Amino acid sequence: MRTQVARRRKDWALAYVLLLPGLAIFAVFTFWPFLQNFKLALYQNPPYPGLPSTFVGLSQVGDVLSSSAFQQSLVSTLLFVLMVVPTGLLGGLMLALAAHRALRGMAIFQVIFSSTVVSSVAVAAVVFGTLMDPVVGLLPWLGLDPQPAILSNPTWALPAVAVIAIWQFLGLSFIIMTAGLQSLPEEVLEAARLDGARAPTMFFRVTIPLLSPTIFFGLVVGFIYAFQSFGQIDILIGSQNAEFTHTNVLLYYIYRALSVQNDPGLAAVLSIVLFVILLGVTLVQFRFLERRVHYAGE
Amino acid sequence: MPASDEAVAPVRRRRPRGRIVARYLLLTLGAVIVLFPVYMAVVNSLLLPSQIAHQPPPFFPNDPQWHTYPDAWKAGHLGVYLRNSAIQTMIIVAGQLITSILAAFAFAFLEFPLKKTLFIVFLMTLMIPFEVTVATNVTTVTSLGWFNTFQGLTVPFLATGFGVFLLRQAFLQIPRDLKEAAQLDGFGHLRFLWSVAIPLARPAIAALGVFSFLGAWNQYLWPLLVTGNDNAVRTVQIGLKQLLNTQLDQLNVSLAGTIIAIAPLIILLVVFQKQLVRSLTAGAVK
Repeated sequence: MRTQVARRRKDWALAYVLLLPGLAIFAVFTFWPFLQNFKLALYQNPPYPGLPSTFVGLSQVGDVLSSSAFQQSLVSTLLFVLMVVPTGLLGGLMLALAAHRALRGMAIFQVIFSSTVVSSVAVAAVVFGTLMDPVVGLLPWLGLDPQPAILSNPTWALPAVAVIAIWQFLGLSFIIMTAGLQSLPEEVLEAARLDGARAPTMFFRVTIPLLSPTIFFGLVVGFIYAFQSFGQIDILIGSQNAEFTHTNVLLYYIYRALSVQNDPGLAAVLSIVLFVILLGVTLVQFRFLERRVHYAGE
Repeated sequence: MPASDEAVAPVRRRRPRGRIVARYLLLTLGAVIVLFPVYMAVVNSLLLPSQIAHQPPPFFPNDPQWHTYPDAWKAGHLGVYLRNSAIQTMIIVAGQLITSILAAFAFAFLEFPLKKTLFIVFLMTLMIPFEVTVATNVTTVTSLGWFNTFQGLTVPFLATGFGVFLLRQAFLQIPRDLKEAAQLDGFGHLRFLWSVAIPLARPAIAALGVFSFLGAWNQYLWPLLVTGNDNAVRTVQIGLKQLLNTQLDQLNVSLAGTIIAIAPLIILLVVFQKQLVRSLTAGAVK
């Protein structure tokens, strides 16, 4: 009896030792800085470097949220997400449908279609920046007026950056959609086929509804991906032009608040906003997944 | 995928040849769209600067300037940047695998007080994107004296809630009997972990490894914030940004640098396609 208790104690100790490295990292680099945001948001940066920051309570939060820079940033972010996520998912779905057949050479197409997942923002930005350049790019060849340059143009800069993000997201979207297609219950599809369902009916009445959990998962991943993209903007547009070209998306605004404006208070308020938005998306996902689990269990 | 499709084949009539050709045309069109930007980058990297600006744009390098690649390697300090990226990535991948395996093992096989609470704590980290924590993390890393060091670049990423979750699921699929049998054979927990659990969970561990690799190699925000201009630990992603800024009149060289930077990942993709797909879709389907 006593040895059993002793062994259980030893198990406890071992478990805590195994969890310790992860917990320590999370405590220092995730939870503490996250909570710190709520404190930093209440302090205003000194007008001159070197002075202590002053406690201003919620007034800074109000100031930031009502500032035109913030509102423009929020609008740019939402527009960016709306441009990137649906297009990227639809493109991925189309590629996945095209590649979902046991034909010779399909493995090569699958590698090609998923390839953009390994491209980094820096790579994508340099590659597309060249194609969009007014002098060396493709626009004159396409018969379009290359001036003013798209990337310094308030109307076209954001769509142009979105195109880069869509291309980069295409690989991930393809992979997610392919996995979804592969997991569809073959019996149901076959039953529909035997019932004489034609291709369009099949697609809209059977495949798409069955695929809806995958599409939903893709939406959540896409949202998070789109909210976190800003490297293209940093490389191709840069800090000075971001606000003028309406490409100052939320994450880039945070980066600029920290690195360019040296304003941790502003960055903290923006971080909390970003967290609330992403938390909303994640919660919707969890609720949805829970429903699915119940559904599958019935 | 092929297996399920073949299973259906006998029921269906043979597809007419025309439709197969049409499908290949569609696939090729998709491949052209996806690869075109990279193809143009390769072409432009092999042109003379004067040729890049030529209209209509050349779509094939008639006189390929292979020297742009060694030029980019030298001018962009790519050797240093790639080495830094490789070190940073290896530390992060190894760290994430170790911390995830250890924590996942505790959650899957051990009973201890506060187990549920602690698991929720690990899952909560999935809700806090790293971007939300950078402000204070930069301060922390700087005050530890870790600015512009590999510690600063990697330590904040040595644990991952996603990895713990993924591996716990994999460990839970190992039959309980195996654990009991191992115990009867006198295996301690750690020996069981090393010689039974890890080998059995290898696919999931490989998937996590590929996922971590991709995330670490392509990091942009954090290296931008905590690396200095002396290139001591600066990674290739930030190096590309600098290469673009310093070689404005030599776009071919910048593009050659870009191709060099992406090459390791293309190799990774071709070799580890299965694991990559598995890790990226964990959660998408059951």
